[in-house]
Amino acid sequence: MADRKETILTVRGLKVDFTTPDGTVEAVKGIDLDVHAGETLAVVGESGSGKSQTMMGIMGLLAKNGRVTGSARYRGEELVGLPAKALNRVRGSKITMIFQEPMTSLDPLYTIGRQISEPIVHHRGVTLKEAKKRAFELLELVGIPEPARRIDSYPHELSGGQRQRVMIAMALANDPDILIADEPTTALDVTIQAQILDLLKTLQKRFGMSIVLITHDLGIVKHFADLVAVMRRGEVVEHGTAAEIFARPKTDYTKMLLAAEPSGRKSPPADDAPIILEGRDVAVDYTLSPGFLRGGSSVFRAVEGVNLRLRHGQTIGIVGESGSGKSTLGRALLRLLPASGHYRFGATDISNFDRSAMRPLRRELQLVFQDPYGSLSPRRTVGEIITEGLYVHEPELSRADRDRRAVAALKEVGLDPASRNRYPHEFSGGQRQRIAIARAMILKPKVVILDEPTSALDRSVQQQVIELLRDLQAKHGLSYIFISHDLSVVRAMSDYVIVMKNGRIVEEGDTDAIFEAPKEAYTRTLIGAAFNV
Amino acid sequence: MIAFILRRLASAVPTLFIVVTISFFLMRFAPGGPFNLERPLPPATMENLMRTYHLDQPLWRQYMTYLGNAVTGDFGPSYIYHDNNVAQLIGKGLPYSMELGFYALLLAVIGGVIAGTVAALKQNSLIDFAVMSVSTIGVTVPNFVVGPVLTLIFAIMLSWLPAGGWGDGSFRFLILPIIALALPQLAVFARLTRGSMIEALNTDHIRTAKAYGLPVRSVVITHAMRGALLPVVSYLAPCAAALLTGSAVVETIFTIPGVGRYFVLGAINRDYTLVMGTVILVAIFVIVFNLVVDILYGLLDPRVRHD
Repeated sequence: MADRKETILTVRGLKVDFTTPDGTVEAVKGIDLDVHAGETLAVVGESGSGKSQTMMGIMGLLAKNGRVTGSARYRGEELVGLPAKALNRVRGSKITMIFQEPMTSLDPLYTIGRQISEPIVHHRGVTLKEAKKRAFELLELVGIPEPARRIDSYPHELSGGQRQRVMIAMALANDPDILIADEPTTALDVTIQAQILDLLKTLQKRFGMSIVLITHDLGIVKHFADLVAVMRRGEVVEHGTAAEIFARPKTDYTKMLLAAEPSGRKSPPADDAPIILEGRDVAVDYTLSPGFLRGGSSVFRAVEGVNLRLRHGQTIGIVGESGSGKSTLGRALLRLLPASGHYRFGATDISNFDRSAMRPLRRELQLVFQDPYGSLSPRRTVGEIITEGLYVHEPELSRADRDRRAVAALKEVGLDPASRNRYPHEFSGGQRQRIAIARAMILKPKVVILDEPTSALDRSVQQQVIELLRDLQAKHGLSYIFISHDLSVVRAMSDYVIVMKNGRIVEEGDTDAIFEAPKEAYTRTLIGAAFNV
Repeated sequence: MIAFILRRLASAVPTLFIVVTISFFLMRFAPGGPFNLERPLPPATMENLMRTYHLDQPLWRQYMTYLGNAVTGDFGPSYIYHDNNVAQLIGKGLPYSMELGFYALLLAVIGGVIAGTVAALKQNSLIDFAVMSVSTIGVTVPNFVVGPVLTLIFAIMLSWLPAGGWGDGSFRFLILPIIALALPQLAVFARLTRGSMIEALNTDHIRTAKAYGLPVRSVVITHAMRGALLPVVSYLAPCAAALLTGSAVVETIFTIPGVGRYFVLGAINRDYTLVMGTVILVAIFVIVFNLVVDILYGLLDPRVRHD
């Protein structure tokens, strides 16, 4: 290892454990880390690796049942075991943090100016008015447009990227030595991700603070970190300079993380494959109602003038950033929300079908959602969840038949059939997504709309789910519409890609054509942001 | 803001109209009438009374007359308190009830929020357990038990406070009734606050506040409590209604000349106009408190602020 600058945070034998009703869970099992002045240390690992809990432990932010032991010395001062009052002199002043969720990390009830000022007032003992002046400078520094006006905005009036900039402003307010960034870009769109990372990099150069970047995405680390520590199950499995880790990864785990892009491609269906689902001139309006006894209402056009033809055996990938209308389009195609346009399913014109007319078709048109936590009822067993559709679409089945179907569906998605008597919270994110897929597959559908099915999952799990979906498609001749903001996943899943922005199609074409020779600037920005950070 | 309040007051008119209509007809469909006494009146007297009070007219005409008079503030004569009309009765009793209700509300909100916050901060501790046990008792033991027990201990055994009446209107007379009336509501506020406070303390932005080294006072009061108060504020309106109806029991026990007793007496005696008067009174209270709740909500939460 080359000569490094002065070490300002030394972590030795740090352990974090949680007392749960089922016994003690060791989240971090005695790790060593060093943060050098002015450098960036990336702590990389998948969910459950203990990377966040390490930092929470050092900063005294663990949940009530958490306990931290070992040593973390900041410029010689031991932080572990320090009472909250003493720790408050360091946190927010010398060591600051930004978090994954800029939406919930800011208090919704106070203006951003007030929230940036609060730590300044507290740590520097200045008046709120002086602190506000500093807050204004900081907002300017982090690139918030119209800072004079924005300083009095509330968090809900800002976009996700702007909120993260506000968090960064807050973190910089007291000229910190160390900025801990806990998954700072995970919740943001790809193009915004790149901007936020650039901003952090620029500010680091200017102010010379150290950054601890906690992330699951080894991809964003390459150009950003000086040192990398790879964590798995509470231990550091590999550490070294970023250059070393990327050039010569030692462990299989690191190699797996480095293979960030899901592998495999999907070949297009035969040219004469019949069209199974078609939408022409699809348009969706949302009416924003101002409420009772108030005149006027405004209309927001979420999707406009979209044409889409899905062939038998085809996967169309729909990509776009949040708010581009991609999910709304998916629901419109399934006639799940009021939309204008013409729709065909196979040979049937379903443009004017109402709910009851659509019902018999529903078993052939299924939907799988992003959030495997929110989309499964927590109070029903997995067996009940996946067989529910059978009550509607195959009411003639006996209890035993339904059970047999549940066993078959769970086997098909690679889950133990015995798990049908358990509840969703007992499963991991990847397993839950498999349950959600089983729920759709048990009805033997023809078309499945997959709405960000892999976005909440770790990379290694993502790859498995993608392979599962591709296998199911080949086996049952399914047609997919795959909605995602993650271009690398779309590339591995689909043979045709539609790029959407502001409710319209910007560009469409065969997957290879789009990824290798994008015509539109917007597509190029998306691809650039996704693959070259 | 003013436009918002005016709009809300305007929307109160149809609400009141529907409340009045439903209660008017419900009351008339109940068996019996104001003059069906234990010893039946002679038919001639009865007929006379019915004619005097226009009860012999068709129901829809009585209804129209009532509506017409009510709009001008005339809520008709009381059938049992012959010397007074309904407006006078309520006008006389209301100041007592409002004074009692105001203090009870104050005690319930302040006591409940403090107790709930302390319980939330010391979750699963002895204090938490104590607060929750007392509040369970507060919710489950009715005030017609709490009232006499308080009287027994503080008025009769200890002779610290008067057992009842309004006396010279000094605060000593109010203490026991206020406690009896506030206790169930205080318990509800404590439970609500505890729940929402625990939730608020576990939010990401509280973690942010701690990560920035803000002192406990600022974390708890500035950030956690403001969010935690939102569900508490929502309960103000049902609480005001509950205090008003709860006063029926408490005012009877402590012999306070408020409006509470009219709820019971009016209904038992089928005093149609008196019942209507009390119904309208409760409806107005609920509407006003709902408006207050919405305004407070807007002040606390910028996301629902009214322009």
